[in-house]
Amino acid sequence: MTHKTPQDTPLTIDGTTYRSRLLVGTGKYASWEQAKDAIEASGAEMVTMAVRRTNLGQNPDEPSLLDIVSPEKYTLLPNTAGCYSAKDAVRTCKLARELLDGHNLVKLEVLGDEKTLYPDVTETLKAAEQLIDDGFRVMVYTNDDPLIALKLERMGCIAVMPLGAPIGSGLGIQNRYNIRTIVENASVPILVDAGVGTASDASLAMELGCDGVLMNTAIAEAKDPVRMAGAMRKAIEAGREAYTAGRMPKRAYASASSPLDGTFF
Amino acid sequence: MKIVLNGENTEVSEGASIQALVDQLELTGRRIAVEVNEEIVPRSEHAAHQLSPGDQVEVVHAIGGG
Repeated sequence: MTHKTPQDTPLTIDGTTYRSRLLVGTGKYASWEQAKDAIEASGAEMVTMAVRRTNLGQNPDEPSLLDIVSPEKYTLLPNTAGCYSAKDAVRTCKLARELLDGHNLVKLEVLGDEKTLYPDVTETLKAAEQLIDDGFRVMVYTNDDPLIALKLERMGCIAVMPLGAPIGSGLGIQNRYNIRTIVENASVPILVDAGVGTASDASLAMELGCDGVLMNTAIAEAKDPVRMAGAMRKAIEAGREAYTAGRMPKRAYASASSPLDGTFF
Repeated sequence: MKIVLNGENTEVSEGASIQALVDQLELTGRRIAVEVNEEIVPRSEHAAHQLSPGDQVEVVHAIGGG
C-alpha cells in the first residue's frame, strides 16, 4: 500500500459539515436559469443572498430568489452588501432573520468606500459585536489584516473572510503572505471572500490553507458562467488537495528528476 | 391615512393592519419581511399590528447578491 496522508476533514461552519469548500453568490447573472445552472455546476452548498425592498406593483408571480435557491436545498447566507454603517448592517441582518424564519447565520460586510468597496473595519467590529450579542452567527468579510482577523475571531465571529482583492475586481489574491498569516493564527474557518478572478486564484487561496472561498463575479461575469462554475469547483478541490498533500519546497536552482547514476556518456 | 412605504408616500385605510397592507400589495404568502419605523414586526404579528399615520414601512425580500 502506498503511503497516504490522513483523509481531509470536511469544512464545518456553525456545526454543519459541507462537502464543498466553494461558496457562491447569486448576483449579476443574466437570468435565473443561468444562476441556477451555475450554482448547480459549482457544487456549492452555501449561497449568499441580499435583502432589498420588494418591488411593489410588479408582477407578483415573478419567481423570487428563494424559489431558485431553496432554503431546503442550500444553506442561505444573507449578506449586508451595500451597508456603510454598523446600524444599517444590523438592521439588514434582523430583516434577513425575519425573512428566513429565524435563520441566524449571516455574512457581515460593512463597506467604507464606493470606489474600492473596501471594508470599514471599525464599523465592522461594532456591527459584529451587536450581532453576536443578539444571537447571530456571524461570518465576517474583512480586509487582509491579520490582527483584525484575530480580533474578529476572538469577539466570536464563526468564520473570518478576508478579501483577496476588492469585490468584483477579479485581481486575484494580492497579499498571499497576509492570507497565510491569517490562516496560521486562526482557529475558526478562514475563507477568501472577494477578488478571485479565475480558477488559479481559487486554487492559490486553497493552497495557502484557506478553508474555503466565496465568490460571485468570477463566475457570473465569465463568458460561460456555468463552465466557469465547474472550473472553480475543480480548482477548489485541486488547491485543497495540494495543500493537504504538502507541496515540495521551493529551491533557487534545479534538481534533476532523472538519476545521474548509470549514465553512459 | 398616509404612510411611507418603501420610501414612497402611500395611502392606506385608517388603522389598517400590516396584513391588510400586505394583502393590498398582493404579497400574501410571499417570502417577505416587514419593518415599521426601523423595528421588525414578526410575521405572527402582522394581523394584529395596526399602522399609524406617518409610519415608515419597509417591505423587503431576498434577491441575488454576493
